Amino acid sequence: MASLDDLKKRIASVKSTQKITKAMKMVAAAKLRRAQESAERGRPYSEKMNNIILNLSNGISDKENAPKLLSGTGENKVHLCVVMTSDRGLCGGFNSNIIKKAKSYFSKILNEGKQLKIITVGSKGNDQLKRVYGDKIIENISFKESKNANYFDADKVGRIIIEKFEAGEFDICTIFYNQFKNVITQLPQAQQIIPLNNEEDHNNSDESYEFEPDEDEILSNLLPKNISTQIFKAMLENSASEQGSRMSAMDNATRNAGEMVDKLTIEYNRSRQAAITKELIEIISGAESL
Amino acid sequence: MSEEFKIEIVNPEKSFLVKEDVLEVVVPAFEGEMGILKDHISIISFLKPGIIKIFSKSGDENYYVEDGIIEFKNNNLSILTSTIFSVTDLDKSKQEDLLKKAEAEASKPEISDQAKYLADQKVEVLRSIN
Repeated sequence: MASLDDLKKRIASVKSTQKITKAMKMVAAAKLRRAQESAERGRPYSEKMNNIILNLSNGISDKENAPKLLSGTGENKVHLCVVMTSDRGLCGGFNSNIIKKAKSYFSKILNEGKQLKIITVGSKGNDQLKRVYGDKIIENISFKESKNANYFDADKVGRIIIEKFEAGEFDICTIFYNQFKNVITQLPQAQQIIPLNNEEDHNNSDESYEFEPDEDEILSNLLPKNISTQIFKAMLENSASEQGSRMSAMDNATRNAGEMVDKLTIEYNRSRQAAITKELIEIISGAESL
Repeated sequence: MSEEFKIEIVNPEKSFLVKEDVLEVVVPAFEGEMGILKDHISIISFLKPGIIKIFSKSGDENYYVEDGIIEFKNNNLSILTSTIFSVTDLDKSKQEDLLKKAEAEASKPEISDQAKYLADQKVEVLRSIN
């Protein structure tokens, strides 16, 4: 059995760890509220953008000549995966959930004999992926400096993707991120952004629009913007998810530390009493032998 | 009959402005300024750098935008833009900042014709605000 001194030291160390996790939980809770708000405020933009594009693509008459960003290159050989993770750890299963989802997608693609390219956004994803897929990662982007997700960062990522698309480096692009549902649940998502996947609701509006300038020009201007918008949405969802995940992870850690302190305290008291009893027995038996 | 319609301006971070009592909006569309009144035909268009003028019952407002998309449908005008500032809130230093950025952009040597045109527009509009 550990000595009294050792137990005392361990209790103190667990207690200080508990303090840290508790503080992290509080910080995450405060940040979560802000991140959640901005995720909610950002939704109208991406929804509107989606709507306009939907209306536009419905209105387009010859699908053959539609911009490539909308209809794809017509091939399905090279896949680009943008894996969006956080820059910091200690947030529970947040990063590993995205990575797990991404990895299963990767192995599916590789099994089909297609080529895979990866862009990682956020350093944690890069750390986890480079061990297995190191040779596939073509770019790693990290926004450690910027405090909150902002549109200009998203635009930067969007531009990189579009540049690569125009250079013919890939055919299909998918982004991976965590969608924020609530504090305990974050759903890892795989969303295809190139070519745009809007098969689902194709009918709702036969409204005819006037376009100025013409459809093609609008579309070719709008589609790159839409990509940045989708990435921005993913970033917002991700940052809300990260904070939520960290909050529940830290909550658990605090609770576990509390349990550990209780257990150690009981052990400490027991051994203290055992020591006292032992001493007493020694005194008494010493007195009796006289 | 009322002559009002609804305007909604959103930027990526938030819903920037919602107004229900708008009488007329003049937007700097890509092919020239465009005035929108109630019951305008459904339209989608682009913005170039310029001033959005909103005339409404509760007062007129001007906004400086650098880019954007507008959609008008069923008397709902949606404007999506990434850079927007209210002209009244735009103080001198901010304006100078934007102007400098635009000027730097316009004087880049490897700029495309369209980008050059847009940058020149920005400079012109920013100089005219006062």
